[in-house]
Amino acid sequence: MADLRVTVAGLSLRNPLLLASGIWGESGASLRGAFEAGAGGVVTKSIGSEPRDGYPNPTIETYERWGMLNAMGLPNPGIDEYPREIAQALSAGAPVVGSIFGHDADEFARLAARIEATGVHAVELNLSCPHAEGVGSEVGQDPARVAEITRAVKAAVRVPVIAKITPNHADPASLAAAAESAGADAVSAINTVRGMAIDVRLRRPVLAHGTGGLSGPAIKPVGLACVWQAFERVKIPVIGVGGITSAEDVLEYVLAGARAVEVGTAVAFEGIGVFGRIAAELARRLDQLGVARLEELVGAAHGAAPPPRTPGGGQGYIPTSV
Amino acid sequence: MNSVRTIVEVSERIPETPSTVTLRFSYAPSATPGQFVMVWLPGDDELPMSLSYTGDPKGVTIKAMGATSRHFLSVEPGALVGIRGPYGNSFDLAPRRILVVGGGSGTAVLAPAAEAAARNGSRLVAALGATTERELLFVERMGRIAETVRVATDDGTAGHAGFVTDLVGPILGQGPFDAVWTCGPEVMMRKVISAAEARAVPVVCSMERHMKCALGMCDACALGPYHVCVDGPVFPAERLRNVPEFATSKRESSGRRVRL
Repeated sequence: MADLRVTVAGLSLRNPLLLASGIWGESGASLRGAFEAGAGGVVTKSIGSEPRDGYPNPTIETYERWGMLNAMGLPNPGIDEYPREIAQALSAGAPVVGSIFGHDADEFARLAARIEATGVHAVELNLSCPHAEGVGSEVGQDPARVAEITRAVKAAVRVPVIAKITPNHADPASLAAAAESAGADAVSAINTVRGMAIDVRLRRPVLAHGTGGLSGPAIKPVGLACVWQAFERVKIPVIGVGGITSAEDVLEYVLAGARAVEVGTAVAFEGIGVFGRIAAELARRLDQLGVARLEELVGAAHGAAPPPRTPGGGQGYIPTSV
Repeated sequence: MNSVRTIVEVSERIPETPSTVTLRFSYAPSATPGQFVMVWLPGDDELPMSLSYTGDPKGVTIKAMGATSRHFLSVEPGALVGIRGPYGNSFDLAPRRILVVGGGSGTAVLAPAAEAAARNGSRLVAALGATTERELLFVERMGRIAETVRVATDDGTAGHAGFVTDLVGPILGQGPFDAVWTCGPEVMMRKVISAAEARAVPVVCSMERHMKCALGMCDACALGPYHVCVDGPVFPAERLRNVPEFATSKRESSGRRVRL
C-alpha cells in the first residue's frame, strides 16, 4: 500500500487531504467529524477579531456539479468564542490549522497569537477571500502588504505560518514570493475566483453581495496553474486548493508542485465521506502507478520534456514561436 | 442534488392565522414530507422552510418571526420567489399508530407527513398547541385525517389551558402508539420526548436551525455532530440524546452559540 503521509509546514499528515477553510469549520464538532471521516487535517473557518454574521442569503449559487459561487462574507464567532471549538477538534487528535483574517498587519498578528494559544499546529492567513471589504484579497492583492502581514505574524507566533493567496491577480506567484520573503513556512493556492451570477427573469444579481467567489471543478485549471507557477517561484511548500474531487485531481496538484491539498466544495456535492473516498482512491492509484510514496511525486511534472515536434507541423506540438 | 435555484410565481396566498400565511407555487422537483426548500424573496433574504404541501402545487407556511419572514407574509399571488431544494430527509411513514404533537408553526411540517401516513393506512391522533385560539394552525386540516385532534392554548381560549405537552402523557396512556412525531420549540419537544420515553414510545423531531448553504457545507446549521440541512431536519429522538445543544442553545448567523 502506497504511503500517503506528507509533511508540510510542520504538519505531519496521515494523508494530504486537508479540510479547506470555510467548510464545516464553524463548530468544533464538525472539525472533529471531518478528521474522523478521513481528512488528514483540518483548517478552521477564518476567524476575525469580532463575531461577524456574514452576508444575508442568498450566499450561494450552484452550477450542477461543476461549480459553486459563494459570498458568505466571512461569518465567524470571533476569536473570543472560537477557542472552545478548536479544543474540540484538537481533542480528536486532528492536525488543526487556524485560519485568520484581518484588516492590517497588527490585527493579523494579534489574531495569530490568540489562535496559536488555542493549541493549533499552524496558522493560515486568509489573504484571499474575494468578497469582503477591507480584508481577504483586498489586503492580499499587494505583495508589499502580503509581506508586511506575513512578517508581523511570523514575529508573533512560533507555529508555522501558511499564506493563502488569491488567484484574482495578474501574477499570483508574486504573492507567494512575497510571503516567502517575509518568512512564510508555506503558501496555499488558491482561494475562490471572483465571479457573479445574474437572474435574467429578475434582472438582478443572485447573491445578496452581488459578487462572490467561484469554487469547485470549474476552477481546478486555475488552481493548477497558480500552484505550478508558485512552485517554480518559491522554495517553501505549496498547498494546492481548488476543485479537487478525486485522486486524479490530487495527483495533478501534486505533480504541479503541491505537497498537500485542501478539499472544500466537494463536501457539498458528496458529503464528508469524500475524504475517505479520495484517500482510498489515492492509495490504489499510487499502487497502480508503482509509486511507493506520494511525496516522490511533488512537482514531478516540472522539467518534463515537451512533446516531440511533429514533422511538418500541423498536428501535435505547436511551438509557441514560429 | 436539486441545488440550482428556480424562480417561480406564487399562485396562491392563504392567511392561516394572524401571524401565519401559506404560499403555494408550482415547483417540479418531487418532495417527501419532512423535507424543506430554501425560499428567496428577491431583494431580501433566503430562508429554509419546511414544505407544508409536498404535492402540486407545493406550499410553505410562514410565521412572522424576523424581518424577512414578516416580509414574506405580505407576498401576493403573482410575485416571484426563488426556490431550491428540496433538501434533507423525511418522516418514515411505517408506524401504524402515530401521535402528532405540533407547537405553533411546527404543525406546518407535520400536516403533510400526517396526511401521507393517513393515506398509507396509519391511524393518527393530533395534539396541537399555540399561544391563543386564533394562532392554532391546521386544526381543520388535521381533523380531516386524525381520529382525534386535541388542542391546547397558553391563554385557555381553546382546549386545554396550558402547554400542549400536558396532553401527551394522557393521550399516550389511552392506547398503544408506535411513534410520536413532533415539531415546535425545542423545549417543548424535549418535554414530548420525556413523556413518550416514560411509555417507551419512540419520538421523531423536526429540527430548525439557522441555514445558509443547505448543502452540508457552511456549518451554519451545525447541531452537535450533525448538520440539520443534510442529516435532518427529521431526527429520531435517540440521535439527539447526546447533543448538548438540543433545547439549550443554537448558533447565530456568526456561528456564535447563544442560549435558547
